[in-house]
Order: sequence, then C-alpha cells, then structure tokens
Amino acid sequence: MANTILFMEDVSVSFDGFKALNKLNFSIDYGELRCVIGPNGAGKSTLLDVVTGKIRPDSGSVIFKETTHLDRMQQEEIANAGIGRKFQTPTIYENLTVRDNLELSAKQDKTVKSMLFGGISGSVSVKVNEVLDIIGLEEKQLLRAGLLAHGEKQWLEIGMVVVQDPDLFLVDEPVAGMSDRETENTAVLLKRIAEERSVLVIEHDMNFVREIAKRVTVLHEGAVICEGSIDHVHADQQVIELYLGRG
Amino acid sequence: MQRELISRRLEEKFGRAFLIAAALFFVVLMPSLNAFASPDSMLHISGFTLNLFGKYLAYAILALGLDLIWGYTGILSLGHGIFFGLGAYCMGMYLALAIGAEGVYKSVLPDFMVWNQVKELPIFWKPFQSFPFTLAAVVIVPSLFAAGFGFLVFRTRIRGVYFAIITQALALSAWLVFNRNEMNLGGTNGLTGFKKILGYELGSDGTQRGLYIATAIVLCGAYLLCRSIVNSRAGRILLAIRDAEGRVLYSGYTPSHYKLFVFTVSAALAGIAGALYAPQVGIITPGRIGVLPSIEMVIWVAVGGRGTLIGAIIGAISVNWARSFLTSNFPNYWLYFQGGMFIFVVHFMPDGIVGLVRGLPEFTRKLMGKRNHSAQSPSGDPEAARD
Repeated sequence: MANTILFMEDVSVSFDGFKALNKLNFSIDYGELRCVIGPNGAGKSTLLDVVTGKIRPDSGSVIFKETTHLDRMQQEEIANAGIGRKFQTPTIYENLTVRDNLELSAKQDKTVKSMLFGGISGSVSVKVNEVLDIIGLEEKQLLRAGLLAHGEKQWLEIGMVVVQDPDLFLVDEPVAGMSDRETENTAVLLKRIAEERSVLVIEHDMNFVREIAKRVTVLHEGAVICEGSIDHVHADQQVIELYLGRG
Repeated sequence: MQRELISRRLEEKFGRAFLIAAALFFVVLMPSLNAFASPDSMLHISGFTLNLFGKYLAYAILALGLDLIWGYTGILSLGHGIFFGLGAYCMGMYLALAIGAEGVYKSVLPDFMVWNQVKELPIFWKPFQSFPFTLAAVVIVPSLFAAGFGFLVFRTRIRGVYFAIITQALALSAWLVFNRNEMNLGGTNGLTGFKKILGYELGSDGTQRGLYIATAIVLCGAYLLCRSIVNSRAGRILLAIRDAEGRVLYSGYTPSHYKLFVFTVSAALAGIAGALYAPQVGIITPGRIGVLPSIEMVIWVAVGGRGTLIGAIIGAISVNWARSFLTSNFPNYWLYFQGGMFIFVVHFMPDGIVGLVRGLPEFTRKLMGKRNHSAQSPSGDPEAARD
C-alpha cells in the first residue's frame, strides 16, 4: 500500500442497469507505466472517468496517494491534486498558439483574479520551454494550434498534461489514427514521461502496448480478469478467447 | 506558416491606426461638425443624425459585452435585453423623477403613477432622486442580477443550447414582469416624457450633443476594458473554454468562475448601454427588454463578426444604421431584410464583416497568384497552373 499511488477498491458504476464497472479492484504503483486493455465496453474509459471525477462511482473507494479520496472531489480539484488526463481525440485550444496552450496548462494559480491581473511567471516559461523540447514543437510554438497535423496535436495535448506536472498521467488511446512513425515517436515520448511519474495508458494497439508496457491489465465487463507481463497476458486462455483471439 | 505570423502583425498595425481614426471620428469630428459647421454646409451633421448615432454607439457598448460572452467564451445569451433594460430603467427612473412637477398632472409623482392612483412614491424609487446613486445602480443592478442568475446556472454546468433557451425564457418573463402596472414602472408604456438631466434641458441640441459625446467616450472606455480582458491570460482561458471546455477543467481551472465573471461584465456593459440609451431616445418600454430585441442584439454581433471586438462595434452600428435607413425608406421590408441578413451572414459570412475584410488580402493573393502562374505556364496547362 505504501508504494501505491492509485488504489481502487470494489468500485461499481452502472448506467441504466448496465454495469460499466463491476466491483473493480485496481491499483498502480509509484513510477509505474501500466497499460489497460480490453474489448469495447469493458469499462476502460469509465475507469478513467471515475479516477478524474467525471463520473461518481455508485460504490467503492478511489484513493490517490493513500489519503486523498478522489470519489468525493470535483474534477478541477482532482486535476490540481496531481492527476492529468490526455483525451482520446486531440483536445487542444485550436485558436491559441502552441505556446499559449502549454502556458495555460502549466501548474500555477488558476483563479480568475490572478489570470486577469498577473503575468506569466519565469518558472512557468522555463517549464514550457522544456516541454516544447520534449514534444518536439519548439519551432512551431507561435503557430495557431489548429494548424498542427493530427500527430502533432496529440503530442501537444500530451505536452499540456506534462506541463501540469501530474504525479499520475492518464492516457486514452494515444496512438489511434497515427502513422507507424508517429506511433514509434509516441512510444519514446511516453517512456520518457514515465521516468518521472506514474502513467496509465489505455490502448487497443497491441504492438504499441508490447513496446511500452511492463505490466498489462485486462478488463472485461467492468472487472479485471488478468494482470501481469505482456507475455503472461498473451498466454492467458481466457484473455485469448475474449479479446486477442478476435484480432 | 511564417506568412500567418506576418499577416497577424500587419493586421495589428493597421488595426490600431484604424481604431484611433475611428475614435477621433466619433468622439471629436462628428460632434464638431454638428456644433460648428454651418447648417447649409455639406459637412454639417444634424442634431437628428447625431442623436441616431448616439443610440447606435450605445448599442455598440452592449454588443461589446455580448461579444465577450458569445464570441469569446462561446456562450450564447438570448437575454441581454434584460440587462440593457435594467440599466435603462434605472436611468429612466432618475429622469422621470427629474421631471418634477412639470408633468401633465403637475404632480411630483411621475404621470403614470398619478394615472394609476399611486399616492406616494414607491420606496424603491426614492434613491433614484440622486444622480450618483443612479449611476452606480446602472452598473450594479444588472451585474448583481447576472451574477445571481449566472451563479445558479453555470454551477450546474448548463451550457450550449440549454443556456440559450433558459436566457430566452428569462427575457420573456422579464418582459411580462415589466409590463405589469403593479410593478410601478409604467407598465406597457414604460417611462417617458423626460425633460431634464442634471438640470439641463434634454430637448436642447447642446445636451444631446453632450450625451452623444459621453456615449462615444464610454464606448472607447468599454472597448479598452474589453481589450484588456481579452488580451489578459484570463482572456485566453475564455477562448480555451470556447474551444475545449473539458480540457480547461482537466487543466485544473474552474470554468464556471470564468463564465460568471465574463457574464457579469457583459451584463454591466449592457446596463451602461441602456442608461445611455434612455436619455437620448427619450423613452424606455418593456418592448426593449423582451425576446425579440435580445435576438436582434445577437444579430448585430454575428453581422459584425463575433470573436473580434471591433466586429461587435461595426455590427451594432451598421445593422442599426441599415435599420434606420430601411425603416424610413421601405418600412414594410425591414423585418424581411433583417431575417434574410441573418441567414446570409450565418451561411456565407460566418466571421461577419470583419471576417470578410480579413479574408481580402488572402483572396487577392490567390487571385494574383493564379494569374501569375497561368502567365508562367506556356502551354496553359491547367495542371501546371494549379501548383
């Protein structure tokens, strides 16, 4: 427990009788890069929604860093507590510059008053420069974000979460719609990000999962059915029947 | 890509020169031509025209606020007539009391109260005998109303079409409430018959010119205020909320606080606009509050170009100018024209007049580029010309 950054116990969520999560038990350690896979409707996105406070669980507890009860907090409070989320489709501010996108996302006082009257702090600028370097968009920083290519938008959004400096980084299907080369770069990027924090990736692309994950969790019908190394998961008979066999 | 940066810088330069010229034109030149040019000269601007423009500029102040909430933050309010009306009625109450005993019934009470057999000035009217109080109320009453309403609505994350519908319902109910005689606000006829403001005759050219200049200066101030908001980091959050509210939330901001702030500022500007409208037009009725005028206000911003402050001003002035022109020359066709214009703008000019002007350099470049290329390709091969 002492080494656990996120701990979910007996978490259930249902929509009109459909159990999206069914007494789910799930945890991630500090510094871990975890992949969650599973067929459509297995509850992968619901899992992220519960952790980020978008959906309140019907029962069960979600605990962050041992003492923070996420199931009682507002979405923005959870974000400020140190959980960042990258959406599946690139969700960026199209009409702002790449740099503005990052500057707004950075960790800082986010009240109306300070945003209205305060300037940008030096430490934020330094951090933004660092992240621009990591995501490789330095030369395009003054460009309107809407003009970026699809893959670049995905990286920008990843950068926007990184600059928030979260302790737990949730990523929803980061390589969907990317070319092979972009996928490769994204794998390198995520591994680099995971050096300093815990990362939870939801992904369909098995090659990508094999590339980045040490541990893989398989969800089915709102519960964990298998967990372990990618080879362990691949060898599991139930997983093969349910998920991998179909591909 | 470099091109976009350069054109942005050029636009800023031209924009500033244009703004200063426009400010001088409205604040200095127009009233001067009214006051000093001889009435026979071509350059003379009549008191009537100046008064009309005073009204347009008051509308432009409202349009700026509406643009902040709609154009920048992406929240469509169909209830801005209410805030305009609150400001106008506050000023109207002061003006009605300033008539004194010179009304039709020679009573210190406004005429409609005598007519309705109200014996004593209602308590909420009393503070409006003071001009400074009225000035404060013009800003505070609409702001408080907007803040209260916004607090309830934004907290529950109501947005998009639902927000628009709720504000429209609010405009309808406000219209119904202001129509009631029991409100002691003049019922359907509203407040009118104003004679004096601060002791000056409202009917005199000089007073009207003063009011016009005050409106023009307030408009400049409102523009600068909105610009400082839009250019601040909070202004970027507004755009961010418009483009991707979910992202803003997950970045740790509370969008409802930003919405509440901008909605309140917007309501305050609408109230100020109403207060400048009342003495220049000489009457305020519930007809200026309801659903229709609130929608018209949205049209001004759409026509001018939402999401640009200058667009809101251009839209308010040009649409209302067209309205005055058409209603006096072709009185039967204004409504068709207005409806047609709205549809046209939405379909063909989504960025309004400003978008059209902005598109011009790009358009001409394309035109010129095509010509150059076809001149260069000797065979006249259309494939070659395309690159």
